[in-house]
Amino acid sequence: MVFKRLKRKITNYPDFWLAYIDSFDAKKKASIENTRFVAFDTETTGFDRKKDRILSIGAVSFTGKSIEVNKSLELYLEQNIFKPETVQIHGLMKNGYEEKISELEAIKVFLNYIKDAVLIAHHANFDKTMVNQMLLRHGLGELKNDFIDTGVLFNKSKHIIYKESLKEKYSLDDLCKELNVPKVDRHTASGDALITAIVFLKILSRLDKRKHLEWGYLLSK
Amino acid sequence: MKNTIAERILDFLKHFPPFDTLSAEELFAISKEVVVLHFEKEQYIFQQGNTLNDCFYVVKDGAIGIYNDKTLVDQCDEGDVFGLRALIRKDNYLLNAKAIEESIVYAISSKLLEKIIINNTEASQFLIASFATNTRNPYSEEDKGTLFAYETFTHKNNSDFTEIQSASFSKNPITCKSHTKIKDAALVMSQNKVGSIVITNNKQPVGIITDKDLRYKIATGLYNIIDEVESIMSTPVITFPPNITVAEAQIAMLKHEISHLCITKDGTVNSELIGILSEHDIIVIHGNNPSVLIKEIKHATTAIRLHEIREKAHHLLSNYISQHIPISFVTNIISAINEAITKRIIHLSIAEMSETQPTTFAWLALGSQGRKEQLLLTDQDNALVYEDAEHNAEVKAYFLKLAKAINDKLNTVGFEFCPAEMMGSNPKWCLSVSEWKKQFQDWIIHPDEDKIMLCNIFFDFDNVYGNHQLVDDMSESIFDAIDHYEIFLNFMAQNALKNPPPLSFFRNFLVEDSGEHKNQFDIKARAIMPLVDAARVLILSKNIKNITNTIDRYQKLANLEPQNKHLYETCINAFKILLHSRTQQGLKNNDSGRFIDLNHLSKADRLKLKSCFKPIKNIQELLLVRFNLSQFM
Repeated sequence: MVFKRLKRKITNYPDFWLAYIDSFDAKKKASIENTRFVAFDTETTGFDRKKDRILSIGAVSFTGKSIEVNKSLELYLEQNIFKPETVQIHGLMKNGYEEKISELEAIKVFLNYIKDAVLIAHHANFDKTMVNQMLLRHGLGELKNDFIDTGVLFNKSKHIIYKESLKEKYSLDDLCKELNVPKVDRHTASGDALITAIVFLKILSRLDKRKHLEWGYLLSK
Repeated sequence: MKNTIAERILDFLKHFPPFDTLSAEELFAISKEVVVLHFEKEQYIFQQGNTLNDCFYVVKDGAIGIYNDKTLVDQCDEGDVFGLRALIRKDNYLLNAKAIEESIVYAISSKLLEKIIINNTEASQFLIASFATNTRNPYSEEDKGTLFAYETFTHKNNSDFTEIQSASFSKNPITCKSHTKIKDAALVMSQNKVGSIVITNNKQPVGIITDKDLRYKIATGLYNIIDEVESIMSTPVITFPPNITVAEAQIAMLKHEISHLCITKDGTVNSELIGILSEHDIIVIHGNNPSVLIKEIKHATTAIRLHEIREKAHHLLSNYISQHIPISFVTNIISAINEAITKRIIHLSIAEMSETQPTTFAWLALGSQGRKEQLLLTDQDNALVYEDAEHNAEVKAYFLKLAKAINDKLNTVGFEFCPAEMMGSNPKWCLSVSEWKKQFQDWIIHPDEDKIMLCNIFFDFDNVYGNHQLVDDMSESIFDAIDHYEIFLNFMAQNALKNPPPLSFFRNFLVEDSGEHKNQFDIKARAIMPLVDAARVLILSKNIKNITNTIDRYQKLANLEPQNKHLYETCINAFKILLHSRTQQGLKNNDSGRFIDLNHLSKADRLKLKSCFKPIKNIQELLLVRFNLSQFM
């Protein structure tokens, strides 16, 4: 506990964190068409927020409806924790051939990439928590970005009369099936990020243009 | 740095032209820069008059329609490229591109396009060609929309192929006025050592005199040498613009049976004469051409010699196909050669006969040769008809012997014996004119499946040699019989539907599911014959005699039924594409080209074939309605 309190008191944050915080300063909500979105996904060693670590972060950004591939992000992290049983899901081996960077380096690149964008993830809470845990480990604050969870948004986008047939929780696979998105590279962070982005765009196009295409609706839980 | 998304895009693009011609590095560089776009149904990618987006597009999922105003001119689905024209021309969009269903589209920047063009000729030729043909109607044009015309571009500069070079003609043609005396004109010709003189009025060509006219009309005393040239000149002259290709010139000469073409400024008789192109000019360009071959055929004295000439014709065919010379011209030329060979063989065979010919006869080419659609060497299908005579047995014996000699020689040339024995040397198909009439009547009055099949072969006859009157009588009897037993046409139409359009419910090709050609596509039975059969039954129902060629039949139908003109024209184009594909396939595998292994076709060729199936479906629907076949079946 003592250790944790000390960390919170740090006042001389590193420059990249200050730059990230600064990017929110002049913030006025732009229109949805002009807003930069970042869809991202993480591959982790497991689902325990304390014990497990992020192995890979994939992200794509888009404004309007153009997803520019050359502006996508794909990071692989060096981690001491390794769980052989999850390799079959994410395919990342301990000594895989991907070029790896340190966690701190990954944080720098990631924050610089997302800036003040609205973040989109499927089951966003998990990815958000894992990233926040990583930030905390390095004495930084939590993410300040707005989040949209594609799972939640999909549920909301369904008309009230279909509500009963809705599942409690939609997996990304379920959404791909519902929305007819081809699944390539499921379970690589980048692949899932791209799929999440497309899923988001598809849900967006199904929303009632007059009633629902506004921030209150998109961001509310 | 790993880039999973770019790798996936690469995995997608590499299956489609032009990307399939790029190296993995080039393609990865492109994939990294792709912009992924999502479009809702009915959403526009670009609209007419919009300023240029700095990219072209590849459809990843879904379907994009290209519209001229509201008319759909092309539909792009998975792997198709669009939006090139404006990019290359660097001007505004002339067409609308709209999502027909929800679609994901990859946009590739023009900078990358330039890189592709500079670094890779094959890819750039493809792109240029698809740009050039992008706006055409997929079903109405031989070179369907997006993807197919590029070989024409690749070969345009290849000087090995003389047919598509511009023919070099004699500039400064020798001319005279229409009131010049024949003698004076001949003097001018002699002085200039030329074989022809063009009669002009106001520098425009009105007629021509050649050595041949002097031989036939003057030397024979029919005209006097002091008559005016006007009285013996051939008029009007056949004119072409200066950029006439060798192939066009050859075709024109064969078609009009002439040896000189006039070259005028705009290609019509109403403009200034600027040159003359003679058969000799063409022979000088190269020896292996149709008119030379026809001459050689006429001088051949053995079947073996004719075989050599037919080999040359085969070579000519493969050149034509690789140069994308229009298929109808190619069929004309090859049919003319086949016909000349057959005629020559008949001459030679008659000369060999020890007995004198008892009466007149005619030799009939049947099936594809009868329709003048035979490009590759296939089996021979033929028959013989002779005039009714008193001693039928003896007469028949003579003609059977003659037919045997003809069939043997055709076999030597390369037209193999028909395994079903549909040949003049078969006593069943060597009949007197009244026997034929009886035969046809029987087929028409008591049709069954076998007889309909025989009608399909025998009704497409072409009189290659002999007494035309006999053949006309035969045609006449067919129509008489049909008049009395109209139900026959319903049977025939029903038979024309036995092969449904060759696409399965999921838009896949129907392939053979058993036998030697398992999993291959039978282009003859599933695509070509349905069009041929439909044309035959429709033309018979219209009482049209003496048109056997499928293209000609549809043309005639289009004239007779303006309301269905579009449908018939799409059938013509589909038929041309299919014939071309089959010939190409046959040349490649050195066989009849009938069975196509779909795995070896490019996406472009597959699409091209698929585009032919819609007309098949439409024409079959027309048959179904017109001949009331729904109650029939």
